[in-house]
Amino acid sequence: MFLNWLGALPGAAAQGMIWGIMAIGVYLTYKILDVADLTVDGSICTGGAVCAILVTNGVNVWLAMLIALIAGLLAGFVTGLLHTFMGIPAILAGILTQLMLWSINLKIMGKANVALPSRKYDLLLAQINIEKSLIVLAVAVILLIVLLYWFFGTELGASIRATGNNLNMSRAQGINTDFTKVLGLTLSNGIVALSGALLAQYQGFADVSMGRGAIVIGLAAVIIGEAVISKISQNLAVRLVGVVAGGVIYYFVYQTVIFLGLDADLLKMLSAIVVAFFLAVPYWKKTYFTKAKGGKKHA
Amino acid sequence: MLEIIDVKKTFNPGTVNAKTALNGLNLTLKDGDFVTVIGGNGAGKSTMLNAIAGVWKPDEGKILIDGTDITPMPEHKRAKFLGRVFQDPMMGTAADMQIIENLALAKRRGTRRGLAWHIKKTERAEYRELLASLDLGLETRLTSKVGLLSGGQRQAVTLLMASLNKPKLLLLDEHTAALDPKTSAKVLEITDRIVTESNLTTLMITHNMRDAIAHGNRLIMMHEGRIVVDVEGEEKKKLTVEDLLGLFAKASGKEFSNDRAILS
Repeated sequence: MFLNWLGALPGAAAQGMIWGIMAIGVYLTYKILDVADLTVDGSICTGGAVCAILVTNGVNVWLAMLIALIAGLLAGFVTGLLHTFMGIPAILAGILTQLMLWSINLKIMGKANVALPSRKYDLLLAQINIEKSLIVLAVAVILLIVLLYWFFGTELGASIRATGNNLNMSRAQGINTDFTKVLGLTLSNGIVALSGALLAQYQGFADVSMGRGAIVIGLAAVIIGEAVISKISQNLAVRLVGVVAGGVIYYFVYQTVIFLGLDADLLKMLSAIVVAFFLAVPYWKKTYFTKAKGGKKHA
Repeated sequence: MLEIIDVKKTFNPGTVNAKTALNGLNLTLKDGDFVTVIGGNGAGKSTMLNAIAGVWKPDEGKILIDGTDITPMPEHKRAKFLGRVFQDPMMGTAADMQIIENLALAKRRGTRRGLAWHIKKTERAEYRELLASLDLGLETRLTSKVGLLSGGQRQAVTLLMASLNKPKLLLLDEHTAALDPKTSAKVLEITDRIVTESNLTTLMITHNMRDAIAHGNRLIMMHEGRIVVDVEGEEKKKLTVEDLLGLFAKASGKEFSNDRAILS
């Protein structure tokens, strides 16, 4: 029993890293841009669907991943336009795109499920070769974090950070906040689609409902990551490592409760409850555990 | 330099909450003018600054800076002409970003933001010197998050940000109103120094009539969306608070209705 559990951990780590990459996408919108973007439930599947259908039709896996990335970028771009150009609140804009993507994903695959067996196709990673998968994922994670660390240190990246921090100040400093929001949403969903493409390869199929509740898992990873790392360092690269670690921890816990005999049907509910609780903590701290401070004056 | 021509703005038009905030506003500023703006509650002072900054478009009228019609420009495009400091110290800076990052963001106001690193090595010394000139000890805290600073410190940093690259026009919207008297005096002193050193054309709203008289070379008083008193030069220097109240009563046919302004 214990050995079984131990044997399942590498697989959990691989899945955790894939969802950790997805959670980095969530981090970009939720933490950096200060927007809760629900597009991700659809765009993770779009990434998986595009990758699966292209590879099964004989396209090289690298090219398939690139096109999956572009599809995700487009999905985020649509949400961005709904939000800025059409003035729809971000949450609703994400839900609308997510719904559109449900149909689009079905059309991409032509059916609800496409098998992508690693025995038949030349894939980057697969469940049956966990060592290779872990190495590929570790390299992907490092590359992604280095790239994002660089990007958010550029003038353009700093303007996205400023937008999420203070819209008013950003406009006063000449930042086109509509543009930076669209850019952030686009980038985020590109990363999420990439994780979907990795997930489809790893699990050996793409499924139209593979993204259901993805935002909750992403948020869980972000929250766990913050809890683990935020005391150690404020550095963005370290925080992103924390987010991926959050994904891995999430899957370790997930694997453990399954081994303890928990009904798998209840897992989504438990994830949601845990996320709700952790989202409530900062609010509770502010409302119930801080002493009243007098006046509106600033010293 | 700045021309406001017949600008009108009504909020919530066609409803019971309709409020005409600017009612045919006209104002021309000369280069280097430092104008203090006073007026009762709802006189249209902040609305005027927001019209210049482009927070929304006026219903009628035009706004020109150095002859360029900026009326159709969105807020972020006009930013290259303007430096702005707000009443709320939280509003002018990004709290989760470092002091130096905030300054670097302001330094790039009006330029295209590309993939160059967001702070150049050479900027560091410049910012340290600027912060030292504030005399608030901030020059040793370049990488501190702005959110850790006090309200007065934040307003001082926002002033620096607003004056970087010498904007054509500096807009100060009651930027000392949320501060305690001592801090307020300090921030006003910094304001005077920055405006004089860079010879910035400035519009400063204040609720304090004494401050309005003591600072700047010209004073305007607003009432019901228009300018009702406009005094400059020697005449302004000789003004007293009583004079201002008298001028206001004469121009508007009413008592001045901002207790805070009279008492402070």
